[in-house]
Amino acid sequence: MMGRPFIHRSPMPGLGLSMGITLTMLSIVVLLPIGALLLKGASYGPAGIWETVNRERVWAALFLSFRLSLFAALFNLVFGVALAWVLVRYRFPGRRILDAAVDLPFALPTAVAGIALTALYAPNGAFGRLAALIGWKIAYTQWGIFIALVFVGLPFVTRTVQPVVEEIEREVEEASATLGASRLHTVRHIILPMLAPAALTGFALSLARAVGEYGSVIFIAGNIPMVTEIAPLLIIIRLEEFNYDAAAAIGIAMLLISFLMLLVINLIQVWSRRRIGDV
Amino acid sequence: MSDTSLARKPARFRPATEESPAARRALIGVAFLGLGILAFAPLIAVFAEALADGIAASLRSLASPDARAAIRLTLTIAAISVPLNAIFGIAAAWFITKFDFRGKAFLITLIDLPFSVSPVVAGLCIMLMFGTNGLAGGWLATMGYPIVFAIPGIILATLFVTFPFVARELIPVMIEQGRSEEEAALTLGASGWRIFRTVTLPNIRWALLYGVLLCSARAMGEFGAVAVVSGKIRGQTATMPITIEMLYQEYLPVAAFSLAAVLALLALVTLLLKTVLEIRHADQLAATLRR
Repeated sequence: MMGRPFIHRSPMPGLGLSMGITLTMLSIVVLLPIGALLLKGASYGPAGIWETVNRERVWAALFLSFRLSLFAALFNLVFGVALAWVLVRYRFPGRRILDAAVDLPFALPTAVAGIALTALYAPNGAFGRLAALIGWKIAYTQWGIFIALVFVGLPFVTRTVQPVVEEIEREVEEASATLGASRLHTVRHIILPMLAPAALTGFALSLARAVGEYGSVIFIAGNIPMVTEIAPLLIIIRLEEFNYDAAAAIGIAMLLISFLMLLVINLIQVWSRRRIGDV
Repeated sequence: MSDTSLARKPARFRPATEESPAARRALIGVAFLGLGILAFAPLIAVFAEALADGIAASLRSLASPDARAAIRLTLTIAAISVPLNAIFGIAAAWFITKFDFRGKAFLITLIDLPFSVSPVVAGLCIMLMFGTNGLAGGWLATMGYPIVFAIPGIILATLFVTFPFVARELIPVMIEQGRSEEEAALTLGASGWRIFRTVTLPNIRWALLYGVLLCSARAMGEFGAVAVVSGKIRGQTATMPITIEMLYQEYLPVAAFSLAAVLALLALVTLLLKTVLEIRHADQLAATLRR
């Protein structure tokens, strides 16, 4: 506390007002509620949390949520990078509309997306009927959850990768081509490594969003315990039973697992940055 | 370009930094197919289902007392939470970009925190703090201010999930613009309020509008966090998304999708305005949004 002052003196007006509004609202809206969850967890104790979480139905829900979120985020990673490339590099009619449509999952309320996807993929829906021809059930199975999670995570990878594609210097690609590399070789060894850190950021965002997603999933999921019941739904069920301890325990478990996943992704990101630095 | 210097273009000339026409066409095809299935089809489905029994039936369902109450409630929630969020965003951006203090990065992380919390967990947190059995909720309820299962709880849940929207748009723009203009105004003797109104606000107005736009779209559409705290009392605490869920569970698809179509129209207007802002005022938005 001695050397550097906490806040540098500045002639700029509005310090008290802006700091006051910021800290007050942050506390009331975000910090106090999250603190209440952590406090609940602390009073419940690790043993209590473990006892609640360590049940077949809870594990099934957590495993389902994280596994399908991972699959959906992986799908979005591949599709999102391809989409970013197409939107930045190619000129074709309808490009602007496609570009705007990428943000649709951000703009469309999750409950609206949920019932719309259910209408499409239900056995009597437009896509559901087609799938039924080959005996494929989508709505009310894990496929339905996967599709809903792909939908909500769709914009993240594209939006983080797009600015990076814009900044790639053509000279690098030209150099690679003059040295005799095929286009595929250039894309694999020059372009994709440059996009990797941004793509991973988008992947992490997409994953985090999918893990917590509720509105677009519950309509299409069918919500059968042990099979298509996602972790956020289990929290809601416990809350409706007024079992706040159990709801808090599952909430804390979700926060912890998300935190661990984001940590791993951050480590991969650091590693991929370093690798590209070496190239 | 190299190809203009060539006297005669070979029939199948292709710059070395482009994919083959076949690969190009395939990628564009994948983009159209993917977005067609994932983005356009659900959007079309909403309107098709809403109009399944004709436009009269869907308008009639929108005129029902419950639907009207839901629309009124959602607009009220947005009208209260979006300005609060804008005030917070401006204050936070001013505090963070105009002053130097320790823990700035930490503060920004805290502001971004709601993005990485599941909306359901957000609702749960508000329950545990402000619910009748919560830390402060019991006391507030006996004082005559019930928070949860009432409008204040829905506003808190909405504020939580939209918390970073405005601040996130403003902070990068205000960092980029620096402090020199405000400092010049200060040396000329302008008051703080006047500096903000005549110097800062004109510089950040499009970024502010952009943030407010995203914030209102989310505020009107929030489902998970609101589902936890609203109590789903028909005509009182059932917002539009909550009412859509209730109607859908009651096997009233036309009524559910008609209300959904109203929200989908709002989403389309949001996207349109957002695209216009990105094209027209790209230089005054955060760098990552520039097209």
